[in-house]
Amino acid sequence: MDPGLALLLNGVVSGLLLGGLYAAAAAGLSVSFGMLDVVNIAHPAFMVLGALLVALLWSATGLDPLLLSLLLAPAFWALGAAIYVAYHHFFERRGDEAIQGLAFFFGVMFLIEVGLVLAVGPEQHFADAAYAGTTWRLGEIDLPLRMLVPAAVALAAIGALALFLRRTFTGRAIAAVAQDREALRLLAIDPVRIKRLAFGISIAMAALAGGALVVVQPVDAWSGHVFIGRVFAIVIMGGLASLGGCVLAALAFGVVENVTATFYGPSWSPAVAFGCLLLVLAIRPQGLFGRAA
Amino acid sequence: MNDIVLRAEGVGKRFGGFTALSGVDLEVRAGERLGLIGPNGSGKSTFTNCLAGAFASHDGAFTFQGQKLAGLKPHERARRGLARTFQLPRPFRGLTVIENIRVPLAYAGREAATEARAMECLEAVELAGKAHRMPKELTQVELRRLELARATALRPELLIADEAMAGLSHTEVDQILALLFRLNAGGTTIIMIEHVMRAVTEFSQRLAVLVAGRKVADGEPRAVLALPEVEEAYLGR
Amino acid sequence: MSGAALRAVPLAAPRRLGHAGFWLAAAVAALLLILALRGLGSEYAYFAATFVLQYVVLATAWNILGGYAGYVNFGAAAFFAAGAYTTVAIGKALGLGLLPCIGFAAVVGGALGLGTGVLTLRLRGAYFAIATLCLAVVLQTLVVNWSYVGGSRGAYVLRPREVPLGFDSYSGLLCAVAVVLAALAVAIARTIEKSRLGLGLAALRDDEAAAEAAGVPTLRLKLVATTISGAMMAVAGAPLPYLGSYVEPNSAFGLAYAVNAIAMPLIGGTASWAGPLIGAVLLASLQQAATVTISSAANLLIVGGVLVVFVCIAPHGIIGLFRGRR
Repeated sequence: MDPGLALLLNGVVSGLLLGGLYAAAAAGLSVSFGMLDVVNIAHPAFMVLGALLVALLWSATGLDPLLLSLLLAPAFWALGAAIYVAYHHFFERRGDEAIQGLAFFFGVMFLIEVGLVLAVGPEQHFADAAYAGTTWRLGEIDLPLRMLVPAAVALAAIGALALFLRRTFTGRAIAAVAQDREALRLLAIDPVRIKRLAFGISIAMAALAGGALVVVQPVDAWSGHVFIGRVFAIVIMGGLASLGGCVLAALAFGVVENVTATFYGPSWSPAVAFGCLLLVLAIRPQGLFGRAA
Repeated sequence: MNDIVLRAEGVGKRFGGFTALSGVDLEVRAGERLGLIGPNGSGKSTFTNCLAGAFASHDGAFTFQGQKLAGLKPHERARRGLARTFQLPRPFRGLTVIENIRVPLAYAGREAATEARAMECLEAVELAGKAHRMPKELTQVELRRLELARATALRPELLIADEAMAGLSHTEVDQILALLFRLNAGGTTIIMIEHVMRAVTEFSQRLAVLVAGRKVADGEPRAVLALPEVEEAYLGR
Repeated sequence: MSGAALRAVPLAAPRRLGHAGFWLAAAVAALLLILALRGLGSEYAYFAATFVLQYVVLATAWNILGGYAGYVNFGAAAFFAAGAYTTVAIGKALGLGLLPCIGFAAVVGGALGLGTGVLTLRLRGAYFAIATLCLAVVLQTLVVNWSYVGGSRGAYVLRPREVPLGFDSYSGLLCAVAVVLAALAVAIARTIEKSRLGLGLAALRDDEAAAEAAGVPTLRLKLVATTISGAMMAVAGAPLPYLGSYVEPNSAFGLAYAVNAIAMPLIGGTASWAGPLIGAVLLASLQQAATVTISSAANLLIVGGVLVVFVCIAPHGIIGLFRGRR
């Protein structure tokens, strides 16, 4: 095969795998920001919190990092539900979410990050899965399991979440809360309870994403920052409330970023994230895969 | 025959695949009181938003006082004498009542944004006593009056009163009606968009009816209301 | 600054004090403060006062867009660093001293603010906030890769050996510059707040569509606000290289600036010029005291905690607590 083509193909494939990780990071935000209209800029910080907890637990127990993140998910769900209760009590109820609510999550992000620095130090942490050194080869294309397994687990989790939202009564209520609060009241469903549940789910997804992240790369307390632009860009590109759109946008994003890094150097990838977001916001505010308002 | 203040020609608006408004022609004469009615979702608000400039693009054209409105932003239209109120009152909640009035006065530039002029506007809607209160201290009907005072502070040529009476009691509707009659007597042309039929019929010299985005009738109120297609649109639902 | 400026608050309380009167009061307060600090004459007093005052400028600047117009800028650190790096670059390229560099920083910050505004202000508030977060990351990437200003290693800036204007030390001069900048910033903010521009910004903060319908050119006003706010934030950062004689991307783009720029106005109260001033003086003094006693990370934890607690229990800040208007 032509080496340039092989390089490009490899760039695309590992971009898709990277996109799987991004999808995991963005799916929770698609629930909170897209469906609940809660601008949780601390979402990547929760992911990093999950990643570092997984790293700590891994070094203590040696269990598989992704399994550990799954075990952490219920605790993160409870944490998310508690945070939503506070957010609703102090901001949503008063109609103050615009500035104060944003500042609240900014402060929470800050508390998590600085708290992590104080607790585990500023250095990088990692967790090695048993399969981390294995790479499958399909002809000229490399499929490192270190990337493939987290991406597959993430996509499976997102698929399960999508099924839950579509098939169950509670799931459909979550999808509906974005559109019409009054309709829910008529069905005798408490929108606050639904939103609390859904926000918990979004934070639980952050724990899973953290597990995926720490398998893919070493993580430090500030690792969330580069993800803020990415995940919001992905969620907005994906059309906010659509998990399918979110996954497609994440895969596209991973490919664009990875191919750029392969051919022009990795220092350009934040510029790609920012550029994509601005382009999407300027041209198609309803997202690439979203329906017109 | 009076001058034409506003002429709408072939105005239409689509949202994605949904046609909210299509081919609407309308002429409004200076000093006229026009009622614009239609069932929910018939395109009244879309028409208002097109006219006020809230949508960046639509089909057709508006001519206001002999000038095309195309490409003008909402604030430019407001300065040219085209005023609107919102369906739900939208006061500036962080500003006092009188500061709410000072906003249009300060930015229109036609007259000084003096305290005295702002007070005059408030007196016209009987809110002078609450000039230094915050909007959240006002009742529903007072908020409507504040909305009207803010819209008319610039002495507009044309006022679009978008459901200024929804949810008000009988006497409150009468208060707002009296206010609108006074404004009209002072020379302001008024388009009233309203579901409170008593108010529309009492107020309007002429009625235009929108159904599913199209104008189906336009004329003398009693004659219009007697038309079978209007009756069907209202009672058939 | 704290004592003198806080004494000016009751003067402003009856709303009659005109613009000229306020500027005069700010000038007098600044002069008194400079004289008081010279009276003290200690290097530490100069340093601590400069530290607090740079935050007064930063918080006041942030509040012009964030508080008056309601657009939350998470990229304050980027503007601050843009100012600092303007000083480095201009100083190196043209050999100019601090004062002309401050002017250049204002131009660079203003241009950056205008550019950000043009790109993002058609968006709703939350999107603007997210875009500014990204802007900080991108700008930092650029500076890290820009070897002329030292790249990731940072750059040294030598203080001039001769101190002009009869100051006993360069720290004293820096401190006096900071006092003047802070007084200027507060006076500019107050002038905007009490002018037509302030009224229009308050209207668009509450409801942009209604402001448009009332004849307010919202887009233009937002651009004016991002430009002024950006210019002033960069001015706040311009003296930074001289303050420590050394500047590197991680500290200039430090989260401390981003979080403080938001926390200070919110804690003080965003509706009035006095809010960021009070918030900055309180929070910066607290941090200055805490840095001496505990680690800098714990220090930031305090700021984050205070921010979260304040936005929860006192959404209109300290001023809101006393005024109780809403």
